Amino acid sequence: MDIGLLLNNLKIMKKVLAVASVGGHWIQLTRLQPAFEDMDLTFMTTKQSFKEMVPNYKFHVINDANRNNKIKLVKVFFDIFIKIVKIKPDIIITTGAAPGLMAIIAGKLIGVKTIWIDSIANVEELSMSGKIASKIANRVYTQWEDLSNDKIIFKGNIIG
Amino acid sequence: MIFVTIGTQEPFDRLIKLVDELAKDYNHEIIAQVFNSNYKSENLTIIDFVNPKEYENLFKKADLIISHAGMGSIISALSISKPIIVMPRKASLGEHRNEHQLATAKKMGAIEGVYVVNGKEDLKANMDFLLENKNEKVFKFSNMASQSLLASIKNYINSLN
Repeated sequence: MDIGLLLNNLKIMKKVLAVASVGGHWIQLTRLQPAFEDMDLTFMTTKQSFKEMVPNYKFHVINDANRNNKIKLVKVFFDIFIKIVKIKPDIIITTGAAPGLMAIIAGKLIGVKTIWIDSIANVEELSMSGKIASKIANRVYTQWEDLSNDKIIFKGNIIG
Repeated sequence: MIFVTIGTQEPFDRLIKLVDELAKDYNHEIIAQVFNSNYKSENLTIIDFVNPKEYENLFKKADLIISHAGMGSIISALSISKPIIVMPRKASLGEHRNEHQLATAKKMGAIEGVYVVNGKEDLKANMDFLLENKNEKVFKFSNMASQSLLASIKNYINSLN
């Protein structure tokens, strides 16, 4: 392949930013990897040691925060926002929780497309973050058919 | 070895205390991964946060896994066909931000290999049962999400200009 063609391919490769806090949300995110084949994939989570689970991809660490600590939430939001501006993804995809929602909000503010996948743990209703995300994100998936409607998509789950 | 895990978000000392109280009935080493715990255990080997590789090794080595009803733990166990005992956190006891673990446990409890408990007696009964019946059937999760979900996400991303 000549250099010109290679550069052209890199340019048309979709740049995906995949975000989740560590724990169950992160494990769910990693199970989506085949969807990003032939894309330029970057992960973002809340602990450095999780890079060992995705050694072949670019990786960013952010602080965790939840709605019990509002000041920390604001700080984390600005950190995520600045990182996303620098990464310039074509799409942000997240399985939650609060850091994922903040990535969706940051994406919305700078015109990046966003996908929220509500955790499989939410079997009776969407999570609070999921309810907010469903008003902001371009696409929202639930992993339970009962919770789907004309806006919230059900196409299966992360356990396969 | 029995491995107890309560996730990465909030403490769950009610479960750690129950296991600690039951520990003397078992000859197994019991390793408990805790988070912000205030409980002083007498009989457990307590560890804080573990990195993903150590966590995976602990799951593989364990004869029995006891956990909060978190999907991370449930997926980690069923991906390697290990039975798991789960006790749901209760928001009413300040153990989580909402009551979703009760619902998660109810749904996941229908899967072979997931045993839901709510207190000391049923925890002990299930521990005894699983340590004696090592060949109980356990459902195995695949390693990846549903093909239909993967395809839907991929097609959407590829449709973007």
